[in-house]
Amino acid sequence: MKKKPEPLISLHNCGIYRSNRWLVRGISFALNAGEIVTLIGPNGSGKSTTAKIVLSILKPDEGSVNRLNKLKVAYVPQKLAIDWTLPLTVNRFMRLTGKTSAAERHKALTATGVAHLENAEIRTLSGGEFQRTLLARAIARKPDLLVLDEPVQGVDHLGEIALYDLIKQIRDDFGCGILLISHDLHVVMAASDRVICLNGHICCSGAPKAVASSAEYKELFGARAASTLALYEHSHDHTHLPDGRIHLHDVTIAEQLSTNESQPENNLSVANTAPEQTDPKELPHAR
Amino acid sequence: MLDDFFSRAIIAGIGVALIAGPFGCFIVWKRLAYFGDTLSHAALLGVALAFLFEVNITLAVFGVSACISIALLMLKRHASLSSDALLGLLAHSTLALGLVVLAFMTWIRMDLMGFLFGDILAVSKTDIAIIWLGGAVILAILFAIWRPLFASTVSHELAEAEDMNPERANFIFMLLMAAVIAIAMKIVGVLLITAMLIIPSVTARRFSTSPEQMAAIAAGIGAVSVAGGLLGSLEWDTPAGPSIVLAATIMFILSFTAAPLLRMRSKMKSNK
Repeated sequence: MKKKPEPLISLHNCGIYRSNRWLVRGISFALNAGEIVTLIGPNGSGKSTTAKIVLSILKPDEGSVNRLNKLKVAYVPQKLAIDWTLPLTVNRFMRLTGKTSAAERHKALTATGVAHLENAEIRTLSGGEFQRTLLARAIARKPDLLVLDEPVQGVDHLGEIALYDLIKQIRDDFGCGILLISHDLHVVMAASDRVICLNGHICCSGAPKAVASSAEYKELFGARAASTLALYEHSHDHTHLPDGRIHLHDVTIAEQLSTNESQPENNLSVANTAPEQTDPKELPHAR
Repeated sequence: MLDDFFSRAIIAGIGVALIAGPFGCFIVWKRLAYFGDTLSHAALLGVALAFLFEVNITLAVFGVSACISIALLMLKRHASLSSDALLGLLAHSTLALGLVVLAFMTWIRMDLMGFLFGDILAVSKTDIAIIWLGGAVILAILFAIWRPLFASTVSHELAEAEDMNPERANFIFMLLMAAVIAIAMKIVGVLLITAMLIIPSVTARRFSTSPEQMAAIAAGIGAVSVAGGLLGSLEWDTPAGPSIVLAATIMFILSFTAAPLLRMRSKMKSNK
């Protein structure tokens, strides 16, 4: 992987002051291309605020931010409130902030496993499908820096692991820098190069394992949180996509697998199988 | 053709409806109905000032509405009042001020009802020129800021993070809204402008699958309402502005029954 000598973005002693208190203060870190950094901390610890400094939605009241010139950013927000009056399909949403070709959009949606929903209305998506759509939109942008705010909200446990594997895959494929926000260190462990533990300020930072075993982390999250970590450290060689296909980690997506071979696993992992080409008579609303 | 007052009214009305369609959609998507109301109430103050300083009414209305838009933006950023309280305050104090200023000018004999409910049957050729030329410019600007404006409608933070400059797009949109109100006031009057913006848009929602399509359908529905309302007002001798709004309302009610029927038909087609 090519490494740029200069970090994509670096924060120097940044602080945000609102209604007579510091939301965050003394935040300094840098993010390099090809690196996944996770911000972790309890509710109200300033994770989103820090992300908003990185995204230049908020201007720091003290400290400074250095951004690489013409840095292309993609953002996966925590949630979107889309009014009923707004007709918005997945495909149209993919073009929200920039022009992309239909092929690119389809590729991104395929990578996150929601290509079958291309023409669905955003409002009708489930939590997990929506998160995957948000992620696909961000990938299609081909960003230098990808910022994800709690990207696994509303996703079940298996989907969670799949999503984090996918995020890692994105980093490997595009070599972009990724800033991840999570309140849960468990599942992000495997996917992060560096973890920054926040609580209004930077408590501790470093490799995921080092942070998890640090005294500061235990104090912030309790010893039990730290001891359950081992559970999540096993590796996966494949993941199940919501449309029923299987995502192998060496190949992108294994469509050539016959449905018979993979059926038992499919039934286990996904309830809402919606293959792209189904016999019309199998559709429940055919009449 | 333009010598007939009725054709002039229809041409002017349809022009306004075509502008109102896309703007109404943004008003509905962004939940700005009360904002539209506020701007149009303030328009009456514009009318009063136009008489006071003897300037063009459309320009004065645009000026006052634009000032109110900017004031709102500033107040929203600094004041602790909730934005609907703020809107209510501005809407009715400007309306009241407008009425009081008009009452002071005893030397002017004017038809207040015409400004409140519109005077579409009295539109001149100049009015038509203002509506169609001004409307073309307004729609062209809206088209130019469409992508950032729409992105900020879906998520302001997302648009901001991805360098769409939504702040600027929203500011331009507010100025355009002031212009739309200045142009539309003559047709439906200050009290009914918001209806002209909103009703065709929500009616269009049921038939649309994309935002752009919804804007176009809203413009079409608005145009049909104008024609229907004017014909009705001619037939039954009812006031033109309210008749147009009522025609739009009837189309909205019809859409409740029409949209499910259309959907059923397309489902039957796709199953064949």
